[in-house]
Amino acid sequence: MAEQRLLRVALAGKPNSGKSSLFNHLTGLNQKIGNFPGVTVDKRIGICNLDDRIQAEIIDLPGIYSLYPRTLDEKVVAEILADKKNRHYPDAVVLVADATNLKNCLLLCTQLMDLKLPTILALNMMDLAAQSGQSIDIQALTSSLDVPVVMINARSGQGVYELKQELKTKLIPSSKTIFQLDNEIKKVVTKIKDRFHLTNNYEAYQFLQQTENLVFLSEEERNYIRKEAKENQFFPHKYQGAETVMRYGFIQDLLNKVILKTSDPEWKKFSYRIDKVLTHKVWGYLIFFSVLFLIFQSIFAWAQIPMDFIDQSFTTLSNIADNNLPDGPLFDLISQGIVPGIGGIIIFIPQIVILFACISILEESGYMARVVFLMDKIMRKFGLSGKSVVPLISGLACAIPAIMATRTIDNWKDRLITIFVTPFMSCSARLPVFTILVALIIPDDKILGFFNYQGLVLMALYILGFLAAILSAMALKFLIKTKERSYLIMELPTYRKPRWANVGYTILEKTKAFVFEAGKIILAISIVLWVLASYGPKQSMQEAEQKVLAQTSNQGLNDQQIRDHVAAYKLEHSYAGIIGKTIEPLIKPLGYDWKIGIALITSFAAREVFVGTVATIYSLGSSEDQLTIKKRLKSEINPETGGPRYTPAVGLSLLVFYTLAMQCMSTLAVVKRETKGWKWPAIQLAYMTALAYLSAFLVYQSLS
Amino acid sequence: MARTKTVAEMVPGETAVISGFTDDEISVKLLEMGFLPGTAVRFNFTAPFGDPVCVSVSGLDLSLRISEASTITILN
Repeated sequence: MAEQRLLRVALAGKPNSGKSSLFNHLTGLNQKIGNFPGVTVDKRIGICNLDDRIQAEIIDLPGIYSLYPRTLDEKVVAEILADKKNRHYPDAVVLVADATNLKNCLLLCTQLMDLKLPTILALNMMDLAAQSGQSIDIQALTSSLDVPVVMINARSGQGVYELKQELKTKLIPSSKTIFQLDNEIKKVVTKIKDRFHLTNNYEAYQFLQQTENLVFLSEEERNYIRKEAKENQFFPHKYQGAETVMRYGFIQDLLNKVILKTSDPEWKKFSYRIDKVLTHKVWGYLIFFSVLFLIFQSIFAWAQIPMDFIDQSFTTLSNIADNNLPDGPLFDLISQGIVPGIGGIIIFIPQIVILFACISILEESGYMARVVFLMDKIMRKFGLSGKSVVPLISGLACAIPAIMATRTIDNWKDRLITIFVTPFMSCSARLPVFTILVALIIPDDKILGFFNYQGLVLMALYILGFLAAILSAMALKFLIKTKERSYLIMELPTYRKPRWANVGYTILEKTKAFVFEAGKIILAISIVLWVLASYGPKQSMQEAEQKVLAQTSNQGLNDQQIRDHVAAYKLEHSYAGIIGKTIEPLIKPLGYDWKIGIALITSFAAREVFVGTVATIYSLGSSEDQLTIKKRLKSEINPETGGPRYTPAVGLSLLVFYTLAMQCMSTLAVVKRETKGWKWPAIQLAYMTALAYLSAFLVYQSLS
Repeated sequence: MARTKTVAEMVPGETAVISGFTDDEISVKLLEMGFLPGTAVRFNFTAPFGDPVCVSVSGLDLSLRISEASTITILN
């Protein structure tokens, strides 16, 4: 049998160069997203069979213009490419270049060549380049760089076969060295090279340039490099600038030689015409808000059908499990803890899928960059950046993928503030709570015969969440101090049709992230909460049936009703019930009793659990039928006033509390991961809870 | 001698030649994106509130904040 070989291949290139399309073409569904060890950067890895003997492990590096990183994401590139011991150190790098813009793409190419990495130059978008009237002498390009050049069309997949063939050949580094070291720094570079047993100068030069970014260096090694740099007067910025100018000098000479006919900027005219409208001071915002409205509409109206279906399926499944499994704590755990827990995760998938379909289409088409452009000035007034818009919109579906989407924000302060305020955006988990409470306290009437009161209140809650986010951001802007500067040097790509396969892969990726990141925590907490709500001090739990029977013996209840009363009694005397009663004095100023207290506690896994808890505690069994719950809540009497428990004041106070409170363990866990510590999630939890408590207090006290 | 003009002071449609930078830290990033001394820069349009702005340089369309654009000096 032939010997098997695994080739490690890295894909590099600037953003919008078609790197992801090529990655999807090469690997298909054989891809997985993980994390680079120690850093919170997504790593996309896939397997591609070059032939029956050779497999390639393809790693999709974050989009970069040069080896010098600007964002957190980008740091990982130098880390891998400058560390021969790294698990992902590639045998070959495929540099995906946008043929309509070779000059920019070749900068990174020359850096890879100097690192002596075997490189293949994949010229993408040759069709566009041809349309623009540009003509390239590929032969001359190949020989001048001493790098194999393959023409591809990453959208259609043309040239992918040729690229695979090229990868199978024995790849060697280019013989050319583009960046010649200055005499002044030759000595220090050689010293570093010897000390770390490196094989080429540019690698050693990177150690000097990026001492702080290369995490594989130990503190002792860093100190050594810092000392050498200082003694030899090596100033990273100065040399980095000189290096870039030198490289571009080489590239310009090369382009003068290989570009037979330059492109005519006419081909971009169409894109410019679209920009005239989309960045217009009136139309631009109007279109942006229409797009937002459309996204809203699709999340709330269209996702409802699959969500109802999932909800019903899981209720049925839970009932089937309940009826068919023998009695016993383990089986109860399955039917009442685990099955509904999984259901509680899956129910969010439709909204997440739709939201990321929208975002991904907008990103693919090039519109998202214009949104950043339009919103930057406004957002900066509030301590955010134009790039915060996408995470904030994503927060309307779920804060978890939204917080992960902040990685594209290069400035740490901007990013931290965005992470901090995103959970204020009303996510889909709040909606079931809103719906039931709004239906309960707001009359289903129309104002001016057109606007529905309930709809208006619902909208007001979303606006409240948004205002809380924006105003908190503004406060943080003054509180957090940073020396790091914020940039918005960003490419505005030419508009183009989205590639649907890429949209599909993005949806898959984000949904997986949600299910695995949030899912495991939601599941774990729902199990813990189930235990808290099902168990209590032994005696009172055992007495439950007897007591209920004694209390209700003359009410003529049927079996089901008695069972529901027993469940309510058990919940009241469970650990969760005890906690609910303990916190009652604390939440009384907000207008809540211990029953609502239990619901607040169980909401900690996921807010929508509120509905189920309320159903159980008011002896409605596992019925989550909205009308039934609404009717029952309406008839609940407040023993102190003799009037209804759910007055408008209590309802509004609860609505405000749920809008502002941080009741999501999964979000806290993701914030902890993204900010590398418990400090920020702890502050966030304290701040949001305090704000929610205070606002709910004010609402209740002023209305009652 | 007249004060040097910067990209931030250009008007839509204007083209100029880059002469240098006034800020070392940002210049490194600007250079990478193709803002090279001696190349032409075209000022395309501004965002509704006058900031950021869209310019073309070395075949790329880029957005820049005014604070960034004002670190690029031009000859014209």
